[in-house]
Amino acid sequence: MDVSGPDTAASPPAENESPSESGQETSSIPEAPVATRCYSHGKQETDEEFDARWVTYFNKPDIDAWELRKGMNTLIGYDLVPEPKILDAALRACRRLNDLASAIRILEAVKDKAGPHKEIYPYVIQELQPTLNELGISTPEELGIDKV
Amino acid sequence: MLSSRIALRGFRLLAWRGLSSSAHTHATQEKGVATPVLDCSQPQYIDRPDIPLPDITCITKYNLEQLKLKEKESGPWSQLTKDEKLALYRLNFQKTYAEMRQRSNEWKTVLGVVLWFAGLTGLFYWWGLAYVYKPVPHTFSEDWVAMQTQRMLDLRINPVSGFSSHWDYEKKQWKK
Repeated sequence: MDVSGPDTAASPPAENESPSESGQETSSIPEAPVATRCYSHGKQETDEEFDARWVTYFNKPDIDAWELRKGMNTLIGYDLVPEPKILDAALRACRRLNDLASAIRILEAVKDKAGPHKEIYPYVIQELQPTLNELGISTPEELGIDKV
Repeated sequence: MLSSRIALRGFRLLAWRGLSSSAHTHATQEKGVATPVLDCSQPQYIDRPDIPLPDITCITKYNLEQLKLKEKESGPWSQLTKDEKLALYRLNFQKTYAEMRQRSNEWKTVLGVVLWFAGLTGLFYWWGLAYVYKPVPHTFSEDWVAMQTQRMLDLRINPVSGFSSHWDYEKKQWKK
C-alpha cells in the first residue's frame, strides 16, 4: 500500500456537494484527476474508483477526528452500503485515533444503512471479522446494543 | 369597553414578554438561576441515523474513572472488557441505533383520542336528532313518495336522460 503524504492526499469526499451546498467554499485538499463532478457528459466514476478514493481517504496516516467524522457522515449520506474494504480503512482510522466508540458506531451505521436487505450486514461482518479480531473491536451484537 | 381594551393590550405585552428572548434572560438574571440556553454557535450533539458521528461526544467532561478508561482505550482494545467497551460507547453516544429507531406506542393514544372525539360528535348528533330537530314532514312517508313518484312519471319528468327515462312505460317497471 503506497502511503501518500498530505500534499497528494485523497480527493475530498464532498467535492461534488460542497460547491453547490456552501457556495464559494474552496477545499484545501487537492482533487483527484478523475472527473467527479455531476456532469452527464463527463466520464463517470466506476465503483472501483469510488472505493479506492474512499479507502485512500481513510488510510491517511495522520487522519484527524474531524476528517474521520466528516468522511463517515458523508459516506453514510450516499445511497449505498460501503464496501468492506472502505469500512476496514475507517476502522483502522478509528484505531489510530484511539476511538473504539466510533468504530462500534460505524458498524451500527452500516447495519442501519442496509435497511430491509438483511443479508448485507452479516456479509460485511464476515468480511471484516479478521480486522475486528485484530483490532479487538466488538460488534454491536456482542455488546448487546443491537436490541433495545 | 375601555378597560377591556387596556386588558387586551396588557395581555399582548405579557405574551410578547414571554416570547422575547431578552425578557427571558432578564428574568433569569433576576432570579440568579442558570437556565440551559442553547448556544447555536457551538457544535451540537445529535442522535441521527444519517449522522453516525456527531460533532461532539455526548459527555465532554470526564471524571477520574472515565479518564482512566479513556487512557486504557489508547492501548489494545482486546484488553477491554465488554462493560468497559459499553461504557466507552455511552461516553460518546447517548442513544444506540436501536434506541434511535425504536417505535413508541403513541399511535394508540392518538387513535384512542380521535375515536373518543368521534364518539363525542356522535353524542352531539344523537342529541340534536332527539331534542333539536322536528320530525320529518309527512311528505317523506312511503305512501306519499309512491304517489309522488307515480305523478312524476305521469308528468314525464326529465324523459330524455333523467328520471322518466329510467321507467319502461310499456312494461310498467323500472328499466333494468
